[in-house]
Formats: sequence, C-alpha cells, structure tokens
Amino acid sequence: MAMEITQALLSAQSADTKVRTEAEASLRQFQEQNLPMFLLSLSFELSNDEKPIESRRLAGIVLKNSLDAKDAGRKSALVQQWMAIDVAIKSQIKYLLVKTIGSTTQEAWHTSAQVIAKVASIEIPQKQWPELVGLLLNNMTQRDQPSSLKQATLETLGFVCEEISHEDLSQAEVNTILTAVVQGMNLAEHSLEVRLSATRALYNALNFAEANFNDENERNYIMKMVCEAAISNETDIRQAAFECLVSIASTYYKLLQPYMQTLYELTANAVKGDTEAVALQAIEFWSSICDEEIDLQEYENEETADSGAPHFRFVEQALPALVPMLLETLLKQEEDQDQDDNIWNISMAGGTCLGLVARTVGNPIVPLVMPFVEGNITKSDWHCREAATFAFGSILEGPTFEKIAPLVVAGLDFLLNLTKDENNHVRDTTAWTLGRIFELVHNPGLEMIIITSDNLPRIIQVLLESIKDSPNIAQKICGAIYYLAQGFEDAESGSSLLSPYLLDIMTSLMGTADRVDSCDSKLRSSAYETINEMIRCSNIAESSQIILQLLPVIMNKLSQTFNLQIVLSDDREKQSDLQASLCGVLQVIIQKLSGHDETKPVLLQCADQIMMLFLRVFACHSSSVHEEAMLAIGALAYATGADFLKYMNEFYKYLEMGLRNFEEYQVCSITVGVVGDICRALDDKILPYCDGIMELLLKDLQSDVLNRSVKPPIFSCFGDIALAIGGEFEKYAPHALQMMQRAAEVCAQMDADDEELTEYGYQLKRSIFEAYSGILQGFKETKADFMLPYAPHLMQFVELVFKDRQRDEAVTKAVVAVIGDLADALGPNIKVLFKDRSFCRELLVECLQSDDEQLKETATWTQGMLGRIMVS
Amino acid sequence: MAPPEHRRQFKRPAISDQQRRRELSLQRQAQNRLDAQHRARCLASSALSFETAECEPECPEVELELGSENEGDGGVGSPHEEFDVRKASKLRGAQARKWFARQLILPEWMIDIPDRLSLEWYVFVRPSGNRCFVVSSNGITVSRLRNGSILHRFPSALPGGSRFRDSSGPAQTYSILDCIFHEADQTYYVIDMVCWRGYSLYDCTAEFRFFWINSKLAECGACEPPSQNHRYRFSPVTVYNCDHGGLIAAYTGPVPYAKDGLLFYNKQAHYQTGNTPLALVWKDDNCSQYVIDTDNKGNIPSKQHLVLELQDDLKVTTSDDPPVEILLHGQGLRSEVNRARAFADSYSKVIFQYTVRRSPLKMEDLLFSLSSGNDLENRPADVEMAGE
Repeated sequence: MAMEITQALLSAQSADTKVRTEAEASLRQFQEQNLPMFLLSLSFELSNDEKPIESRRLAGIVLKNSLDAKDAGRKSALVQQWMAIDVAIKSQIKYLLVKTIGSTTQEAWHTSAQVIAKVASIEIPQKQWPELVGLLLNNMTQRDQPSSLKQATLETLGFVCEEISHEDLSQAEVNTILTAVVQGMNLAEHSLEVRLSATRALYNALNFAEANFNDENERNYIMKMVCEAAISNETDIRQAAFECLVSIASTYYKLLQPYMQTLYELTANAVKGDTEAVALQAIEFWSSICDEEIDLQEYENEETADSGAPHFRFVEQALPALVPMLLETLLKQEEDQDQDDNIWNISMAGGTCLGLVARTVGNPIVPLVMPFVEGNITKSDWHCREAATFAFGSILEGPTFEKIAPLVVAGLDFLLNLTKDENNHVRDTTAWTLGRIFELVHNPGLEMIIITSDNLPRIIQVLLESIKDSPNIAQKICGAIYYLAQGFEDAESGSSLLSPYLLDIMTSLMGTADRVDSCDSKLRSSAYETINEMIRCSNIAESSQIILQLLPVIMNKLSQTFNLQIVLSDDREKQSDLQASLCGVLQVIIQKLSGHDETKPVLLQCADQIMMLFLRVFACHSSSVHEEAMLAIGALAYATGADFLKYMNEFYKYLEMGLRNFEEYQVCSITVGVVGDICRALDDKILPYCDGIMELLLKDLQSDVLNRSVKPPIFSCFGDIALAIGGEFEKYAPHALQMMQRAAEVCAQMDADDEELTEYGYQLKRSIFEAYSGILQGFKETKADFMLPYAPHLMQFVELVFKDRQRDEAVTKAVVAVIGDLADALGPNIKVLFKDRSFCRELLVECLQSDDEQLKETATWTQGMLGRIMVS
Repeated sequence: MAPPEHRRQFKRPAISDQQRRRELSLQRQAQNRLDAQHRARCLASSALSFETAECEPECPEVELELGSENEGDGGVGSPHEEFDVRKASKLRGAQARKWFARQLILPEWMIDIPDRLSLEWYVFVRPSGNRCFVVSSNGITVSRLRNGSILHRFPSALPGGSRFRDSSGPAQTYSILDCIFHEADQTYYVIDMVCWRGYSLYDCTAEFRFFWINSKLAECGACEPPSQNHRYRFSPVTVYNCDHGGLIAAYTGPVPYAKDGLLFYNKQAHYQTGNTPLALVWKDDNCSQYVIDTDNKGNIPSKQHLVLELQDDLKVTTSDDPPVEILLHGQGLRSEVNRARAFADSYSKVIFQYTVRRSPLKMEDLLFSLSSGNDLENRPADVEMAGE
C-alpha cells in the first residue's frame, strides 16, 4: 500500500535547487492528497534497513514534524490530524516504528525513538497505545538480542517519559520501566552505551518515580545506582548521573538526608578534579539545593511556620567546606569570558552558586568569604583580583543590611579605584559589583547611608569615566546608574541628591547610546533604558527642564530612523530595535510630563508631532504593528484625553492590525490595553469605531491560536467600551455576555491544583467582573433592565468566586464592586436575588475587616447600594 | 557551554525595561479603569433627590462654582431630577442655597427619652457655633451655612481640598462633612461624614460613619494645625456610648470648645436629611448658653417665640415633614410675620422650648432612665422565651 518515495526523499536533499524544489513539491503534493498514506510510506522508508540512510533520516524528520510543532496552535492541529487517521493505518505505522528500534543502524533507531515518543505523547494519554510499554520492555528481557536493541529501547523509554505525564501511566507500568532503566545502569551486565542510555532515561523517568522514591528500599537502590554511575570511568555517564542528581535535588529534596554525606563527597571531588561538563553539574547540584532551601525559607516566612516540608539546612551544614570549594572555582576564569553572553564556565557557575549560598544562609557566609576577598584583591595576578571582586559582589544579597553596609562603606572607595584596573575582566566585575551595591545596599531610607553628598561627586565622576570603557563594561555601568537612580526613587516627591548631576548623566547616556563600537544593540538599549529610569525617578521640579530639552532630541532621533538605508531584513530589524528604544523613552517622557500640571501643557503642545512620529513608525513596518509605538500611544491617549479624537482616523487601521495580530500576542495584548486608554480618553466619541473593534475583540476571544493571556484584558476592555459608550453597547452586549458566561464556566471547571492555571484563573475572573461592572454602570441610566436576565448567572458566578477562600485580593475587589454595581444598576428589581444569599453579607464583612483601604471603601459603597435596595 | 536557562542572569543583569514598561502601562491602565468605574459609581451613590425651588429674585446672586469648567447645568429646572453633589456644586445663588440647605440631618429636640438609650444611641457634646456643610472638591474646600450661603472658601488637607497634589485617590474625588465651625479656636468640628473620597456614606449607619470619621480624618492630615495649604483645622468630636458612664462623661467632661447641648444619635440610623427623630438634641443651662431661645439682643423674651411657616392654604405649620399645623388661637399667642427667617421651627423644638420654661427634662431624668427598668435590656427577654 505504501508508496515508493526513496527517490523523492533523496532528491529533496539535492544540491541542485531545481531538483530539490521539484522533489519537495511532489512530497508536499503527496502529503496534501493522502496524508495517511504519506505517513505510512515514510514509516516504511524509516524502517527499511535496505534503504539509504539519507532518505531514512529525512523520512524520520518529516514524520516527527507531522506530529509535533513548537507553536501551540500548529501542534494542536497536527494532533487532530493524527487522531483523524484510520486506526488500521496508524497501527501499521506504529508497528513499523517499533520495529525500527531493532535496526542495527543507529541513526534509524535513534530517529524512530523520537517519533515513537511523539506518537506516545498523543496516544498514551488517550489510552490508545497501551501495548507500547510492554513491547519496549520485552526488548529488555530477550537474551540473544544485540546490545544496540537495549540501548535503543532505553533511549525510547527516556524520550517517552519526557513527553508524557506521570498520570498517564499506571504505577505497575512505572515500576517496570524504572526496573528496566535502573537495571540497564548496572555496570557488570551492560555495555557503556546501554548504561549511558539507561542513565539518561532515568533522568527523564525521575518525575515518575515518586512512589518508588518514597519506598526506602527502592530509593536506596536507585540512589546507589546513580552514585555508582557518578564515579563511572566514562565522562558521559558521569555527566548524565550528575544531571540525575541535580534533578533529584529539586524533586526529592525531602528524602535526601541519608545520602547527603555521600553526595557532598561526590560533588566536591567532581568540582575539584573532574572535567568541566561534570564539574558544572556538580555545582548545579548545590545551586539546586540552595533553590529548594530558599523556597522553604520564603514559605516559612509566610506565616505558616509548619509548612509540613522539612528544611534540613544542608547548605548551612556544608558551609565550612562548601564555601572554600566555590571560592576556588572563582579563580578558574577564562580569557575573554565577558565578551560573550553565552559563555558559561566553572567560575561563573561557582559565583552564581556562591550568590545562592549567601541568600540561603545569610550572615554566616560573610566571615568565610571576606578573608578571600581581602587576600586576593591586591594580588598582581588579575585572576585573583577578579575572583575577589566577584566573591564580594556575589554575597551582597542574603546577609542583613547591618552586616553588609559597613563592608560596603569600607570598600567602596577601593572598588571605585578598581574601575581603573589594567585588566578588562577586573573592571567588568567591578562595574557589576557597583551595580549590585546600588541595587541591594543603597537606600536613602535606611539608617546607614551608603551614598552621601560627600561621596556622590566621586561616584558620579567614576561612573561617567567608566561608561566610556569597553562596551561590556559600559553596559554594566549603565546598570549601576540605573540602580543608583532607582535608589533615589523616593526623592520623586522631594529634592533629590542626584538632581545636580542629571544633565551630565543624561548627556553621557545619550553619548553612550550613540556609540558605534558595540557589536550588538545591547549597550544602546541599556543606555536608553537607564535614561528611562532616570526620568521616572527624578523629581519633576528639578528635572523638567532637562526632560523638556531631551524630548526634541529623542523626537529628532526617531525621525532620523525613517531615513535609514533598508536593504536587508536585518536592516529592518535594526531600525525596528532602535525605534523601540526611542518610543520607549518617549513613552516614559509622556507619562512623566503628563503626570504633573506644570509640565502637561508643554507636552500637549508637542502631541501632534509625537503622534505623527508614531504613525510613521507604524508605516515603516507593513507586516506587524510596532509594539513600543503602540505602548507609547496608550500613554499619549491618556495624556491628551478627548483631543485624541483627531488622530483616530489615521490611527484606527493600526489599531485593527494590532488586534488582528494573533501570532505576536504581546502586540495584541498591548493593543487591547490601548483600546481601553482610548475609551477613557474619548468617551462616547469612540462609538464610530466600536463596530470594528468589537468584532475583532470577539474574534480574538474565539481564536485557538491567540495566547490565552490576552483573553482577560479583552474582557476588561469590554467593560471599558461599555462604560465609554453607555447604552450604545446594547448591540454588542448579547455577544459579549455570552463570552463572559462561557468564560465564567471555564473558571468553574479549572483545576484548582495547577498553580499556573490558578493565577490565570484569577486574572480571568477579575476581568469578567470588570466587564460586568463596566456594562452595568454603562447601562445604568438607560438600559439597566437589559441586564436583568443576566443577573442570576452573574450571582452564581459571584458565589462560586466567593467560595474560593484562596482568591487573591484583586479578585475580591472586583467581585465586591460588581455586587454593588448590580444593586446600583438594577435596584429593587433584583432584591429577590440577594435574599437567601448570606454569602454577600459574609463577603462584605470580610472586606470591611481588610487592611486594604481601597477594598474597604469599595465594600462600604457596595454595602450602601445593597442597603438601598433592601429597604426599598 | 551555554548556561542553564534559569541561571544566566547572575553576572549579566540585563536591565530589560520593556517588560517593565509593559507592566507599568498595565498598572496605569488598571488604575485608570478603577478611577473610571469609581467615577461612574460616585455619580450614582451621591445622587440625591432635588426639587427646584422657585427662584427668589430678590436674593443676591452668590457666585459659586467648584468645578473649573463652565458647562450647562443639565436640566436644573425640571423637578424630581436625580442630582448629585458635583452637579449641585454648579448651582448658583438661591438654588444652591436651597439645595444645600436640605442636605443636613436636623436633629429633633428631645421631648421624651427614647427606649434602649444605653444600647442603641451615642451621645456627644455639640460644639457651639455655626452648623455647616463642608465640601472639598477640585482643589478647594467650601463651607456653607444651613441656609446655603458660603461661610469660607479655603484650601484644606481634606481629599481634593486643595491644589496641593496628593497622589492618593482619583483626581476628581470629593468629600462632604457635616461640621460646626467654632469661632474661638477657628476649628471645624466634624460631627458627621456624608461622603468620603467620593464614597457616599448616606446609607451607612451612624456607627460606621463615626468610625470612618475617626479613622479617616486624622489620616488625611485635616487635624493638623493650619498651614498654607490647610487654612482651618478640623477635629472630630468625642463620641460616647450613651450608657451611664458615657452620658456623665459627655455631660461633665472637659472639651476644647464651648458646649451647646448634647446630641444623641441612633447607632443604626442612616444619614437622613431633614428633621429626624433618630438624632436628638438636648440642652440645659449647664451645657449650653442657649437653652431658651433669646431675641436678637440676647434677652429671654417673656413669652415663647415660635417661628412657623405660612402655607399656601393659609395654615400655619412647623418645618416638619409632614408639617404640623399649629392652631393660632388664645391670648397667649401673638403672631408676627418675619420674612427674614428662612426656616420654621420644628414641632419638637416648639414643645421642648415650651417644657423648658415649665418642667424641663433634666439630666437626672436621663440618668435615671439609664439605670431604671426603663431600658429594654432589663426587661425579661420575652422574645427568646417565646421560642422555647
């Protein structure tokens, strides 16, 4: 039945473009005309040991791509497509795939293992391939089979475990898989390849092994095998074993105590003497332990002292040995490691781990690290000076302010000098450390003030000199200025120490943004982002002159981007990046100037010009809407208010484009937010645009492709529109309300244990209530009765949300407000709905007892509204 | 070798501002949305029934405008219009006075002692001075006397009460207080709160309103001494539970102001404008200079003066709603038409003034009622018994 496609597959890899294009076309035609047969033919190709490896390899890749895709929408379409194929054909394909596992050609079985995992990810959750695990395990028990079959089988098991959830298998299946995998790690019985595959498979199977880990005998056995693998002669196996240990550290922290002595020795030896790949995993083991203990501590701090989860303080216990071990790693820097962001080596991993240890144990780390800092920071070898600085920078977070601040005060001057060190790495780490100091220890509100009017001039001088250093250093200096400004944020309402330097700093940052010696745009965007933070945190009375000078400069730079030569798509991207940074600065300036009565008029004088620039930015990019320009327009609409109307005709098409942008969901989401801004700016003047906007919003809601995070903003936006246009919302209301009711039902069925989903559920609930509030308030004057039939459903939803005691405060605010809105808009008509609903009273009491003033005020208002209808 | 995804930030703090800008935008939008919905809600809750009075042309026009923009006053002419304070603030002259005059709770005079006084009532000392209605809105604070005329226009620390920016709350917020202006220390004593930051307290119980006064007033800085942006000091009054100890404390305790009688407020009562029996005033010579009405020279006339309203049907009535007709006959009564007085006396005042001259309700009577079986609390709990 299957078609002969070897030639087409080979031709599709031809160097001859014409041959290749034709072959691709014929394959695509086959795929479109008869997908089941196409997939079956591919499986035949893959499984046939007589075929050339090149065609088999491509067959496997095409198969895999027919089952899975990165994009969630595409993936779900592929899954549907597979499920629609006739069972008999699917069975043949699966048979061929499993058969290929037994091939002696490694590339064939390796590819087949991946395809099997993809099929399994679709079928095992549906219980449509129950025999798979049995078939695979059968391979492990047959005596006379080649070692490669076991290797292939273990690899397949690993891939399958990676793809599916542990709930998809029975405990019996899990047990047999684990047994097979762990036995495969046995040194005495198996070849190197089998053991490596087994160890890697175990890594994927660990999540399934909860029950087995809870059984002491089984756990001991698994741990014994992993620890043995961790001292195997083969580097790959040791690395795989340490990867398992990293995963075990976070998944089974609570069961680790009996093994910690062994694990400490294993990791210490690996860090000191093993190859880098293994040593990095050994350090990562301790980083993971720190992550767990930091989590436990944060959880403990949140009132519930007995969380049930044990905190063994492994890091604290290991501290005297762990810290020297990590400090040693800091001395193993590589030349030029700061030039490339993708470098990760043992000194970086060690410093990262040291930072986590400091956050885990706090003050006790200081006496263990400071002698190293002091002993090395003046040595002639740059490695020592860099390591000393890195160590100091790493421990700034974790210890108390009282412990760290005196060290910073004592060492600040030394660090400032170190920005002139002869070695680039030392200067880079010094700049980073200054940034950490400003981020973590600089806070004018605290009793020990790190930055005073005495040392600030020197600090500024050093920063503005160092910002001219090489790009990697300049970027970290930008970060330091960013946090320096942030530390003075509270000065927004009063005079700021930083104000006298504002002009110099801004000038330097603008100069930095214009530098051409950086190979990428990171320095430029860091400089602009630092400018943004300077503006945000400045005291308007002291900064308005400078900001007003900056505004035309930025506008001019933005208009210059329209003249850039665009030849390659890369040029387009660079132009877009630059425009993003400049629109970002404009957005921040708009917000700052429009937030104060004194400066708002000046901004409004430029509004036309600014808007024209944004529209031209949009016009540069035909395929999508520029996200930063859209964000900035939202701020401008808020600033201009009703005057925004004059831009609407020109702007509307981009608004539509943004709402249509399913793929770049951030753009879509921001555009939805801007619709809200415009509603509030224009009020009912937005009406002529509402047909188009509502149609697109409703389509967005129904889209399977659009990221779900955009859906809550859309519901909130319904409320914004209804509030703006009042009774005119009536024609959209039936559609909008239907969506809201459906979304409310989705909320009711959400899995309460899924944390990520819970968070999304809160957003969705809040947004649905906001939509109801907007509609009720919008309809109150003229169309309130329209909402009567919808009231019972809303009340059910309110009750559902009320019963969730864990609900977050934003949801509570929204729900208590919507009750008031309902009473306000519908009045005594819905008295009956509130009878026998004591939960409303309980909710009000809960809110009135809250510490949140806004919540209390809203609840008071709602109480008044309810009181009014209950007495009438 | 590439770092694990979640570890890479350490040495390279990528200060990515874009996500922050997104988040700040979202926060701004969320706040603007709250403000917009908040405004919609305020327009509702402060909507008070307004009936236009016929214009009284002889009254001088009093310029009055709290809002900065000068827009048409949407249909003031039609009766029974739903009206809110914001719109009312744009009323002028006589209409404004008439409207504001109706917005205060007017205690009846205590002519007999309410049941459950100790359980359900508060008592506090009324400061001597002019009763007024203080509205803070759009950066200015305006106080109006009972007749609606303006007493002061001034900046204050009340929400929205001065141009000095306070970042809390929406810009267009307003608050309304029921105060007595005490000349001697130039202080507004807050005896009730009607709206706070745009939230109406009309439908809240006195218990809640007094709680709110105490927690909110100090918080906004209105109790601070006068300053450039805060011309008059505001102060809450001490409110007691009207039990034996509370009543004695109120009656005898020191207060920083001249006393003018005791006010009794029912704890559960809402802010009901006009005369209400759920707020009562009581005076004797000990706690007020003004027990018995005096004439313009401060002398007690030999006979009781009544101020009554002459209705269209020529009946003479009190200011109560519904009005109580007083039959003018007998020799003790002499009538005199006086256009100057804006308000007629209430029935309870007429009676109180009558009894004060003959057999006044004394403090001992009040105290006795609290300790005697007059209180329901001391009666058998027949409600609960009946359920057995």
